[in-house]
Amino acid sequence: MTTLSSRSRPRRLRSQAGSVGWAVLAWVVALAFFLPVLWMAITAFKPESAAETWPPQFIFKPTLSEFRLAVTGMAPFLTHSVIATVVSTILVLLLAVPAAYALSVSPVKRWRDGLFFFISTKMLPIVAAIGPLYVIALKTHLLDDIWLLIILYTAMNLPLAIWMIRSFMLEVPSELLEAARLDGAGRIREIGGVILPIISPGLVSTALICVIFAWNELFLALNLTVTNAATMPMFLISSVPQEGLYIAHLSAAALIASIPVIIIGWIAQRSLVRGLSMGAIK
Amino acid sequence: MIPSAVHLMREFRVTVLEDLAVPPRAEVRPRGLSRRERWLRRLPLLPALIYVIVVTQIPFLVTLWYSFQSYFWNSPAPARFTGFSNYTTVFTNPAFRGALVRSVVMTATAVIVAMILGVAFALLLDRKFLGRGVVRTLIITPFLVMPAAAALVWAGPMLDPNFGLLNYLLAPFGVHHVAWLSTHALGSVIVVMIWEWTPFMTLIVLAGLQSQPPETLEAAKVDGAGALATFRELTLPHLRPYIELGILLGSIYLVNVFDQVRLMTNGGPGTSTTNLPFYLYQQVNNAFDIGGAAAAGVITVILTIVVATFALRLFARVFQFEEATG
Repeated sequence: MTTLSSRSRPRRLRSQAGSVGWAVLAWVVALAFFLPVLWMAITAFKPESAAETWPPQFIFKPTLSEFRLAVTGMAPFLTHSVIATVVSTILVLLLAVPAAYALSVSPVKRWRDGLFFFISTKMLPIVAAIGPLYVIALKTHLLDDIWLLIILYTAMNLPLAIWMIRSFMLEVPSELLEAARLDGAGRIREIGGVILPIISPGLVSTALICVIFAWNELFLALNLTVTNAATMPMFLISSVPQEGLYIAHLSAAALIASIPVIIIGWIAQRSLVRGLSMGAIK
Repeated sequence: MIPSAVHLMREFRVTVLEDLAVPPRAEVRPRGLSRRERWLRRLPLLPALIYVIVVTQIPFLVTLWYSFQSYFWNSPAPARFTGFSNYTTVFTNPAFRGALVRSVVMTATAVIVAMILGVAFALLLDRKFLGRGVVRTLIITPFLVMPAAAALVWAGPMLDPNFGLLNYLLAPFGVHHVAWLSTHALGSVIVVMIWEWTPFMTLIVLAGLQSQPPETLEAAKVDGAGALATFRELTLPHLRPYIELGILLGSIYLVNVFDQVRLMTNGGPGTSTTNLPFYLYQQVNNAFDIGGAAAAGVITVILTIVVATFALRLFARVFQFEEATG
């Protein structure tokens, strides 16, 4: 480690210039990458007449008029999305915590099979079963019912949550668990009193990942709902008219629909990678 | 009897799982437990297990059932058994084959390019500089935008031939009012897929870079190794499991891409952007052909299982690595 002290002056200058260049490059790349989101946000504040021009306008008088237009009629979609997202996430956590416990802290005999069964269901393409799913929903009178989406979103996120929560449980120090057992704590007290308080940040990030996937889901909603359970992605589609100017209107609607998850993701970005890798990456 | 998806899944799971050699944290080997104790251990697992089996496997069993029937949901005629005729139709149907090939092309291109960009972005973010947190936040945002919103914003404000931003930005390079979604439909959809999934790859590779022990890199520097050589000989091998994991998970999601196809090009022009998910969607929604879609679905599932066999093997190895080092 003598390299640090033996660094000569011009070399340090060069490395400073290098790091400035690095920062500029990173910023340029990031802004270019972010541009479509920025353009969506800018267009959302335009009046429709300023949105569809050539060349595109960058200076204009911002207005909220398209937002006002977009939110009329949005309430039912928003309600359905909130219900489907929140209820399915709660169900996922209720089912995943005990399951993760039985696959990590107090493992069943074939815990590996269990883990891989759950992950394998993520690989089966749900699109392949959409026709029969429609028929099943029709016959059980669940078509266009919010409970159908809740049931399916729970199944969609459950494997991910189990893997993730298991990875958090594996980090609980075994001394704590042993101490609890010596005190005669039963399984329920072990989970509730020892494990849950320790992994609660992990549970929050698991919940956030589930919220992101449920909120953004379109395919099932599009196929299995019409009006009584249509969610925010469906609202977005309905905001594109068959004819006429629509770009500012669409941008406003897209921004409204996306903003909750964007903010959640920004807040949770540290735990995002762990969730997306199903707990594989710490 | 044709084995169900579950059975096929079970077949390969047994072979894969031997690789996952990390023992769970248990003081007592489950083997030596009493019958009562074994059931007590199983109990917390059962609700989730039963739930997932019921909700995810039943639709596939029903798919298998309908795949042998002629069933059009817009016709009053009841479903009737037609043996393998749906399968014959699917296999002789060029539309299905075309959709299959496009699915592979779209997924592979998007995953590979997103991974290359992801490695590049991760290398950029792995150094300290002013505003790194903000840059990181900007880069992950495309992944968070609702896919339906992203698809519509790309199709309209970004790619519109008459007032889209992209044509404006490319005008100095001699691009004039290109109707991207008509002339370069497949490329446009793939670009949007790449745009959405590069952040995901970036985050995974970045985690890999940051887990690299600084001493090794320092030692390489002392030994006089150049930046490129260090990257090739040390960093890349270290990143390998992370790259594999990113490619695997990315493929799982991207092979099911539907929103972008439906909202940007509606599968067209012609069938030039019709991938498998969109093809199946059309079979049910436009052709009302539950039986035909079911047969195509069964074939899709079987193909997925073949691919997933390799994927799960990889998964087992990656996780073994992770738990061993973490």
